[in-house]
Amino acid sequence: MTADVLSALTARARAAAHPAREPCHCGTGAAVLADRPDGVVVRHAGTVAKAHAADTDRGDLAARLAVAAHPRLGGILLPPLGERADDLQGRPVTCWPYGTPVDRETPEAAPWEAVAVLLARLHRTPGSVLPAGLPAMRGPAKAARAVARLRAAGPRPEAAPVLRAWAALPAWARDEAPMPDARTLCHGDLHLGQLVRTRHGAWLLIDIDDLGTGDPAWDLARPAAWFACGLLPPDEWTRFLTAYRRAGGPAVPADADPWPALDVPARALTVQTAALAVAKSAAARRPLDEVETSVIDACARMAARPPELAEECAT
Amino acid sequence: MQCPKCHAPMHTYNRNGVQIEQCSGCRGIFLDYGELESLTRLEGQWSQPAPPPPAGPQAYPSAPAPAWGAPHGGHGGHYGHKRQKSFGHMLFSS
Repeated sequence: MTADVLSALTARARAAAHPAREPCHCGTGAAVLADRPDGVVVRHAGTVAKAHAADTDRGDLAARLAVAAHPRLGGILLPPLGERADDLQGRPVTCWPYGTPVDRETPEAAPWEAVAVLLARLHRTPGSVLPAGLPAMRGPAKAARAVARLRAAGPRPEAAPVLRAWAALPAWARDEAPMPDARTLCHGDLHLGQLVRTRHGAWLLIDIDDLGTGDPAWDLARPAAWFACGLLPPDEWTRFLTAYRRAGGPAVPADADPWPALDVPARALTVQTAALAVAKSAAARRPLDEVETSVIDACARMAARPPELAEECAT
Repeated sequence: MQCPKCHAPMHTYNRNGVQIEQCSGCRGIFLDYGELESLTRLEGQWSQPAPPPPAGPQAYPSAPAPAWGAPHGGHGGHYGHKRQKSFGHMLFSS
C-alpha cells in the first residue's frame, strides 16, 4: 500500500481516537498492525482503522458491520466505532477500539476455552438478529482463492496431492455451490489472530470480512485440521472441543463422534493451508519446512480416504 | 514402501530391535519374514507383568481423529515441548 494511503488511514485512526476534534496529545504516532492487499490496519492510541480490500462489496460489509454492532453480539464480536464504513481512495474504512491480541510468542498459552465459548455463542445467535442482506460466510471462497494462488504459482510436484484432495471435496466446500446449511452465523476465518482482549480482560472475536451464514463446523475446522495433521497437541484440541460442546455449540453433536461434521471443512482448511504453503515457498524460492510438509502429507492421505458422508450429512 | 491395503506411505519403526513397517494412513503393520517370531520370542522374555501406565499429566482420553490424520504418538506428531516456529506462525494466519 502506498505511503499516502497509510498516512490517510493514520489520520482516520487519529480522528476516531479524538472524535471531538480536540488536538492529539497522545505523544505517539501510529503503528501499522497489518499491511496486506486484503486489509491494512493502523493503530493510534486506543483506536484502530482498517482499510478493507478495494473489491469489498459495500452492501455485504454494511450487513456484517450491523451484526458486529448489534447488542445481541455484545461480548462475542468486537463492536465497531460507528456503524458505517467511510471511503478512502476507493477502499472502505472502518474504525474499532484497540484490543490486545494473543501473544504470538507463547501460542501454548492460547485461550482455547475462551475462543470455543465465543464460537459457540456466535453460532447460537438467533436468526432474528441477522440483517436481511447478510451474505454467506466466505470460508469456502477463501479456500478456493488459496487453490487459485497455488495454480498461479505454476506446476510444482508438491501441488499434485493438494489439488487431488481439493478435487475430491464436495462442490460447496470448493465455493462452487451454495452451502447446504446456510442458517448459522459463522466467523468464516477463525484463527488465533482473530481474538483480542479488551481493557476489561474479556476476549472478543475480530475481523468481520468473512462473517456470514453457513456451516458452523467451518469455524472449528482450522484447529481440527491442525490436530488431524499432528500439529496441535491432542489435549489442546480436546480442551477446545470440550469447551465448545459445553457451551452448547451446534456445529458438532454433543456426545457423538464430531468427525462426520468436521471432516469436509477440516479437509478444505488443510488443503487451503497446504496450497498457501506451496505458493509462498515457491514465491520465496525456499524449501517447504517440516510443518508445511506435514500438511501436504495429510492431503496425500486424503486421496486414499474420500470424504465420508460428505453429501449425505449435509441435509 | 507403500501400504498394500490403502497405498499410503509406510514408515519403519524399531521395536526392541525388530524393524516394523507401519502405514501412515490406516496404521496397519507389515512384518518381514521371521519378525513375528522375533516379537513372540521377545514377548516370552517378559516374565514380569508390565507396570501400570503412570497416572499423571495424560488426563485426556485419546481424541477421535479422521482416517487421513497423522498417526499420533511415536514420531507422527510434530508437537512437543518446543512448538515449531512455523506452526506458531500458522496458528495466526488466514
